[in-house]
Formats: sequence, structure tokens, C-alpha cells
Amino acid sequence: MKIIEIANLKFTYPDGTVALKGINLDIEEGESVAIVGPNGSGKSTLLLQLNGILRGEGTIRIRSLLLEEKNLRRIRSLVGMVFQDPDDQLFSPTVFDDVAFGPMNMGLSQEEVRRKVKEALEEVELTGFGHRSAHHLSFGEKKKVSIATILSTNPKILALDEPTSNLDPRARRHIIDLLKGLKQTKIVATHDMNLAWELCERAVILNDGKIAADGSREKILTNEPLLVKHGLELPSLSTASKR
Amino acid sequence: MEHSFIDRYSYLESFIHKLDPRIKIISFFSFILFVVLTPPTSWSSFGLYFALILFIAILSKVPLSFILKRSLVIAPFVLMIAIFIPFFKPGEVAGGYSFGSFRLTLTYSGLVIFWNVLIKSWLSVLSMIMLSSTTKFPDLLKGLEKLKIPKVMILILSFMYRYIFVLVDEVMRMKRARDSRNFGGSKFWQIKTIGNMIGTLFMRTYERAERVYVAMVSRGFSGEIKTIDDLHLTIRDFCFLSLIILYLIFTRLWVVP
Ligand SMILES: Nc1ncnc2c1ncn2[C@@H]1O[C@H](COP(=O)(O)OP(=O)(O)O)[C@@H](O)[C@H]1O
Ligand SMILES: [Mg+2]
Repeated sequence: MKIIEIANLKFTYPDGTVALKGINLDIEEGESVAIVGPNGSGKSTLLLQLNGILRGEGTIRIRSLLLEEKNLRRIRSLVGMVFQDPDDQLFSPTVFDDVAFGPMNMGLSQEEVRRKVKEALEEVELTGFGHRSAHHLSFGEKKKVSIATILSTNPKILALDEPTSNLDPRARRHIIDLLKGLKQTKIVATHDMNLAWELCERAVILNDGKIAADGSREKILTNEPLLVKHGLELPSLSTASKR
Repeated sequence: MEHSFIDRYSYLESFIHKLDPRIKIISFFSFILFVVLTPPTSWSSFGLYFALILFIAILSKVPLSFILKRSLVIAPFVLMIAIFIPFFKPGEVAGGYSFGSFRLTLTYSGLVIFWNVLIKSWLSVLSMIMLSSTTKFPDLLKGLEKLKIPKVMILILSFMYRYIFVLVDEVMRMKRARDSRNFGGSKFWQIKTIGNMIGTLFMRTYERAERVYVAMVSRGFSGEIKTIDDLHLTIRDFCFLSLIILYLIFTRLWVVP
């Protein structure tokens, strides 16, 4: 079943920057898709369309639900968005409050909220971090809490913007392993090619607001001329596995 | 970057720390109210007020030297305002100085007002220091919210608590970038650079606010602020509050000036 259907999506920022120039993309339930492309190619803009934060021309359907005003609430609870900078995502005085924010807005009871928070923190292996303040966490921990803040709302789709940027190798490893273990449909915007290779079975190259290539990771991420043409490079892991 | 805690020592685990934040807010604010309403010549009352704060401080295990140092931070401001009062208040003259034809006189009633301002502001500050160093900031916010402070104000305070260090980091990074490019030159140029930095900081903060709002909306925020209710009053809290209030009333009513 198709969980995301994007048809002929175009978007222009108020200042006139044309960021998306006609995107067609369907994603199956349970799929992990990497959106790769150089800086400024429109990856973040595309993700922000998925839950209606930015609205362009064209149609988007999430689980057959057309993205329009009356479906926004429903769609926002289906699509969990993890932003690039955890300092944007974590705005509450404590980790608990941040993870509880989504469930509270969904109108769950106090008991349920508490349970959701506990489960979400367990899932990212930060049990007992509830009372901490975000500004006393390491960057890797902040990133994990960011993921917990959306896991607590039970999304069907995880939209992750540069999940490994600014992480040291060990924290990066943790995040990748964590994401691998999550069963939701994933759409990952990144230029960390090894991340794309490890996490996703499908890759979409976005360049200058257009989809330049779309296919299985073996087809796209091993095609060096294609990648180089779009300002990317071969993931070192893909060559390692060939040898 | 690593930062010290705004609410330093609030993570200790004493009897005072474990009290409900609402109880502490009410207690410490009642304390201030009583202090303010005490006549300045009621010397022994002030002694008793101080004794109470001292007792709470010892119970809380917050280092006394820290409390004292913190309390002196506001001293310059109070002094600046209060220092002239004794000279301008008319009344019985306590002493005076002559500078040629200019004569400065010190009056008793002026001195009393000076003392009044000094002791009351100091005791009030001590009380606020005790509140903030025995209550975690998030708990303080929860307490204030329960005491019906408007949610918008709570939200503003909580954003402040969360983002003050993010902002400080941003400023430090900008300063470092500036200094590593040999900041110097003419005064005019320096002022212009600092002006630009403030502008940039404003823009970045504005953009961050937009991104934070997007993150909130993405998680279902629709303008209504909902918070979980996890404060519980215990018998201990009521005992503490009653004792404090009784002590204050006793100090105010039965102590002979
Ligand atoms: N808020 C904005 N206003 C105007 N233009 C923007 C804004 N955000 C991004 N852009 C522009 O849109 C294009 C796509 O940006 P973005 O989606 O952030 O790319 P990516 O995430 O792939 O690096 C870029 O040319 C960028 O400069
Ligand atoms: Mg981006």
C-alpha cells in the first residue's frame, strides 16, 4: 500500500526562490527512502511539505488522505518530523515535557502521556533522562531525545532531516542503529551517503528542486558517474561490500 | 558548550528541596510581604526574620557562602538608590558636613529610612535566593502555573530558561569569529561591527523562533498550552507552610519593637 503519494509538487518561497520544480514520488508502507542531494537542492523543503508546514502546488496524499486544511491534524499525527537542529525540536524546560508535548496535544490522558513518554525514552535508550534539561545534554543525546519526542506520538512515517549531521562517529553509530531498529516508514534527507546506504533500500537523488534519479540503493548509490554528476559521492560502504 | 545551572544547588536533596514548589513560592513570598510590612524600628523582628532564613538555609544544605555572595550582587543597586535618602529627609539632624557654603546634613529619620530600604531589600533577596536555589526552574514554573499565573507568561519564562544558553553560545561563536579575524581598527569601525553583530543575532533569533514554532506545530500544537499535572501536596508541605506563617505572624504581632 502506498503511504505517501506526491504528484507534481511545486513550491516557491515567498522571496521568489523556486525550491521544488515538480516532484512526483510514491512511497510504499514500510519502505525506507533516502533523499540525497547537495546543499540547497530542496531536501528540507520537501520534508516540510509532508505535514503541511509549507504548502505548494500539486497534491500530496498521506495514507490516501489528501493534504488539506481539514486533514492537517490527522496528517501531523501520522508524520513525525525530526528537524536537523535538536535545539529547535527541544523547546521545553525538561526532556519529559518535550517528549510529552506531542501526546498532550493529542489530548491523551495523563496516565497515557506518562506511559508514552516512558516508552519513547526507553526506545532511544534514555530511560531516566526525563527530569534533565536539554541544555545539559550532549549533542548525540539531544538528537536521541528529538527522536523520542516524535516516537511518543506513534507516527506511521518518520521524516528525518540530516539525522547524522554534527555527530561524532560513536553518536552517529548509535543513531543509525537506533533508526535501523524502528519499523515505521522512513524518509531520510541526507548527504551522508553511508547513512543512506545503511538505512535505506531506496534512494532518490534530488538536485535543483527536481528528482534526478530514483531507484533501489544498489542501482543509485553504486552509480558513481550519476552521483558525481549531482554533487555527491559513492558511499564507501557500497564499495566495501562489493569487494 | 557546557553551562552552569541558572538554578544552581536546586538539585540537592534536602527537606526543603523536596517540598512542593507551590508551598515554597507561597512561603517565600509571604516572608517578603511580612518583611515589607514591618516598621523599620522593629529591630528584633528583623533579627527573627533573619534567623528564619538562616534556619531554612541550614536545613537546605545550600552553602551559606554562596547565598551570601549572591545576595550581595544587588547591593550596589540598592545602595545607589538609598545612599542619598539620609541627606534629603528633613528631621532631627544627626550630623553634617560643610563644603564651603554648601552644607550637607544627615537626619535621624533619613537614616531610619536608609536602614529600612537596606534591610528589607536584603531579606527579600535572601528569600528569593532560597526559593531559587531549592527549587528546580521547571518545578518553579509548574508551581507558578498551578498558582494561576497566566500560561503565556509561564511559556515565555520556560523559553527563556531553555534558550538563554543557546543564545549565549551564539554570541560566543560570533565573538570568536570576529576576534579570530583580528578585530580592531578605528572606533567607528568597531562600533559598526558590534552593531552588525547585534543585527545578525536578532535575525538568527528570529529565524530560530520560526523553526521552533514549526517544530511545535508539527507535533500538534494549535495555540493551546497543555501541561501535565504532577504536583502532589503532602502533609509535610502543609506543616511547613503553617509553621512559616505562624512564625511570621508571631514575629509581626507579638515581638515588642
Ligand atoms: N526560508 C527560506 N526562504 C527562502 N528561500 C529558502 C528558504 N529556505 C530554503 N530556501 C532556499 O530553497 C532552496 C532549497 O533549500 P533546502 O530545502 O533547505 O535545501 P537542502 O535541505 O537540500 O539543503 C535553497 O535554494 C534555499 O536557499
Ligand atoms: Mg536541509
